[in-house]
Amino acid sequence: MRGNPDAHKIIAPGTLAAVLDLLAATPGEWTPIAGGTELMVAHAAGRLAAPKLVSLWGIRELRFISKGAESMTIGAGATFRDLRGDASIAANLPLLAKAASWIGSIANQSRATVGGNLVNGSPAADSSPALLVYDAEVELVSVRGRRRIPYSEFHTGYKRNAMTHDELLFAVHLPLRFARHRQYLRKVGTRRAMAISKVALAGTAIVEEGVISELRLAAASLAAFPARLHQTEATLLGKTIDSHSIELARDALLAEAKPIDDIRSTAEYRKRVAANLLEEFLTELRSEATR
Amino acid sequence: MSETQAILHFTVNGENCSVQVSPMKRLLDVLREDLRLTGTKEGCGEGECGSCSVRMNGELVNSCLVPVLQAEGADIQTVEGLATSGVLHPLQQAFLKCGGAQCGICTPGMLMAATQLLSINPHPTMAEIREGLAGNLCRCTGFVRIFESVVAAAAHDQSSDQAAHAR
Repeated sequence: MRGNPDAHKIIAPGTLAAVLDLLAATPGEWTPIAGGTELMVAHAAGRLAAPKLVSLWGIRELRFISKGAESMTIGAGATFRDLRGDASIAANLPLLAKAASWIGSIANQSRATVGGNLVNGSPAADSSPALLVYDAEVELVSVRGRRRIPYSEFHTGYKRNAMTHDELLFAVHLPLRFARHRQYLRKVGTRRAMAISKVALAGTAIVEEGVISELRLAAASLAAFPARLHQTEATLLGKTIDSHSIELARDALLAEAKPIDDIRSTAEYRKRVAANLLEEFLTELRSEATR
Repeated sequence: MSETQAILHFTVNGENCSVQVSPMKRLLDVLREDLRLTGTKEGCGEGECGSCSVRMNGELVNSCLVPVLQAEGADIQTVEGLATSGVLHPLQQAFLKCGGAQCGICTPGMLMAATQLLSINPHPTMAEIREGLAGNLCRCTGFVRIFESVVAAAAHDQSSDQAAHAR
């Protein structure tokens, strides 16, 4: 059953300050909408529950990408086309550039925003694994001020996050200290284009004299929200990569992962593929370490 | 005017338009119903098939996912804007010549996605063409003839570049 446009109010205050005032005056009443690649799909299907929408599209203060000496900041309103077209992201945050290229089609990338991807909170969100292994922080804004929290603490449950009703996601901050890390990101979906992940795995690591001295692993579609794999990381830290440590890491991942059966895949398949992706990353690390 | 309606202004294919509609109405429906530009087609209605693709401020978008309020002030190009003075656009000519269109439902979206691609990358590789059109589904052609049409249009563009340089 298609949604009725007259059943929803949508306004565009045009500035960040005006949106924040609105959210503060009527907490929880207005649902922000950016590029509409999620909410308009729900609307088409007649399952958009939000009666009042406030448009963030075209708010210039939210659509930016800036590079400082030690970090990059991506405005929540930056589209994935913006990310793909940014030379600094390609050079400094290649996993994020890669993830941006996977999101839907060109037409979706023109409209889908980084902020929308994170606030929507899909367990399969394409940008999340890369942001997690790059130690991203998110900056939230409201009339009360701004606060920054680690992105790893942003999702608090299935489609739940740490934002209060009067807050907007303002930007994502990414430290630029991964240049000497080995980096990995792979998504497995039904086909290459336009597919929502069955599972995705990202990793950043440093291997010194054959030993893993630093490691971050993160996955999409292995839990109720995208998350780091801390227990799997712990089994590998300080270890030499060999068939024994790879086997232990696979076991750790299988124990840590809590995927579900759904329309796109089964829990069993997701676990096995995630373990295979981990093994692929570790095998790459090992061959680079011995080269 | 009912309380739920708004008057919105934008340009479509270079012409100024104003419409009185529900601001939540999809750009797709405004184009087809209010402006009678029925070249833009609805396929899936959920951003997966690309048949409703139009260009908005120089970017390819799925018009089924754009609440028309967000098109306020925008410059929109639809398939109707491709031909000029009764002469088909080189991409349209190439689609005809190469058999890039069969049933025709996906064709306007394919043409707009291809227009977008060639506007930023006039001489794409086959891989780039496949990526540029990856969000547009065709259930007739098997895609190969569509890709060949884009190759032919790009080659036509190249030969007209060379002709221009030769002059």
